[in-house]
Amino acid sequence: MEKDALFTAVQNKLSAQFGDGLIASEILADYPVFTVKSNQICDIVRFLYDDQELAFQYLTTLAGLHYPENKGQELGVMYQLHNLPKNLRIRLKIFFSISDPVVPSITSVFSAANWMERQEFDFFGIIFSGHPNLKRILNMDEMTYHPMRKEYALEDGTREDKDDKMFGR
Amino acid sequence: MSKEKNTNTDIIEKEYSILNLGPTHPATHGIFQNVLKMDGEIIMEAESTVGYIHRAFEKIAEHRPYYQFTPITDRLNYCSSPINNMGWHMSVEKLVGIEIPKRVQYMRVIIMELARLADHIICNSVIGVDTGAMTGFLYIFQMRERIYEIYEELCGARLTTNIGRIGGLERDFSPKAWDLLDKFLKDMPPALKEFENLLMRNRIFMDRTIGCGGISAERALNYSFSGPNLRAAGVDYDVRVMNPYSSYEEFDFTIPVGTNGDTYDRFMVREEEMWQSLSIIKQAVEKIKKEPAGIYHADVPEFYLPPKEEVYNNMEALIYHFKIVMGETEIPKGEIYHAVEGGNGELGFFIISDGGRAPYRVHIRRPCFIYYQAYPEMIKGGLLSDAILTMSSMNVIAGELDA
Repeated sequence: MEKDALFTAVQNKLSAQFGDGLIASEILADYPVFTVKSNQICDIVRFLYDDQELAFQYLTTLAGLHYPENKGQELGVMYQLHNLPKNLRIRLKIFFSISDPVVPSITSVFSAANWMERQEFDFFGIIFSGHPNLKRILNMDEMTYHPMRKEYALEDGTREDKDDKMFGR
Repeated sequence: MSKEKNTNTDIIEKEYSILNLGPTHPATHGIFQNVLKMDGEIIMEAESTVGYIHRAFEKIAEHRPYYQFTPITDRLNYCSSPINNMGWHMSVEKLVGIEIPKRVQYMRVIIMELARLADHIICNSVIGVDTGAMTGFLYIFQMRERIYEIYEELCGARLTTNIGRIGGLERDFSPKAWDLLDKFLKDMPPALKEFENLLMRNRIFMDRTIGCGGISAERALNYSFSGPNLRAAGVDYDVRVMNPYSSYEEFDFTIPVGTNGDTYDRFMVREEEMWQSLSIIKQAVEKIKKEPAGIYHADVPEFYLPPKEEVYNNMEALIYHFKIVMGETEIPKGEIYHAVEGGNGELGFFIISDGGRAPYRVHIRRPCFIYYQAYPEMIKGGLLSDAILTMSSMNVIAGELDA
């Protein structure tokens, strides 16, 4: 299946099944990308997993996103699914408010999501409801903030010898 | 009275002991902690703690121009740094749309396959060490040294190579590099054969590894395994074949698969992959001979540093040099994911660019981090000594695990 055919197939199936659960769809580089409602993500992943034709049964990766300027939709997660026998790949995205960063966990579908979700909880403070063991994974447990959010600078803000204007972002 | 005594002994019999395996245990080859609940020698439950060498790569990437992130990718899977470097270069090239000349692609294939050989040499010989066979390790490590000598000739570094640039390689293969490569291709097959003779059909080794730390294909897929670990379980997923990059589609090689997903299968899959890598390198050498000589980078002055003598004598080169070093090159907006077949699985780079000098967001799909979470499941109910063996055969590299 070519990426355009895959794009329309997934788009049709998702809008038929979930209606306005599918918010937007586009093709970015070689990936069909679908933005969906955050509270339906687990159902959608489960639906794509069970679907006979699409059968996205391999979770490539998931990653947290942070866009501070998108008010009310600051945080996000992107999921990459893969159908290995047919080599089909798609990306799903959800966005939600930073003040209520709770989204359903997909660990019930993919065991692999366990640590991936823990990592995004650790770095972005995204709370995956239904996760069996949601605690920090790479940072120390005593840490009080989520360091991958954009408001945290890389360098220690009190230092003057490292000027980010010249050498950083 | 006697009855009460009996109940007491019942309680004592049911008490499990907690054992800390790691963080710094010589048998774990890295900084991993596993808290094991033991019933004598049998593991009842296990919990892995990771993050001991976390260095915030994804955060650093958001604050550095693209070319400055390459040395950091070295520190992911440091047993095969060139693959990480190439993966990053190719991801950025995909983002900005650079077409790489065929000759450079083949040269990259040679470097990546050498790295895969080095990676598998380490992993497989260490499986031998963990079963008590030191000899094979000492023999085959000479060959890894030879690979490092080739790296040294190609880029000046050995372990953390920072090899290649965005847009190609920093220099052509020197005559000495070709010479070293030729000698290596001649000496590696007998050495590998000797190594296999020591272990492959060795009764002790087979008894020790067959059925140790196995995982079914279904569970492996559900845990998003990739690389040799997934193929040992019987799934023929290889990024080089499924989504070819760097002209891998032109090469003739097979993907070895196992059946049980146990330590022996993982060992065998890696052994066969080494033979395939040797064959790919030979094919690449032949292909390079047919390409016009002397080309080692694409013609992209905006991204590829000009030679130093031109910088001092040529205005344009000076401008490009300045723009690249100061991170003033224009990068298009976009969002890409590019994966390469790393030493231990699908190594993917997800980049979001907002047009700034540094990426807006970089996410690295680190194969070890994803498959290591299956470790407790794989060792449960087995012996402690099997757990050590399972870990070394999974090729878990701390640098990649913790990023």
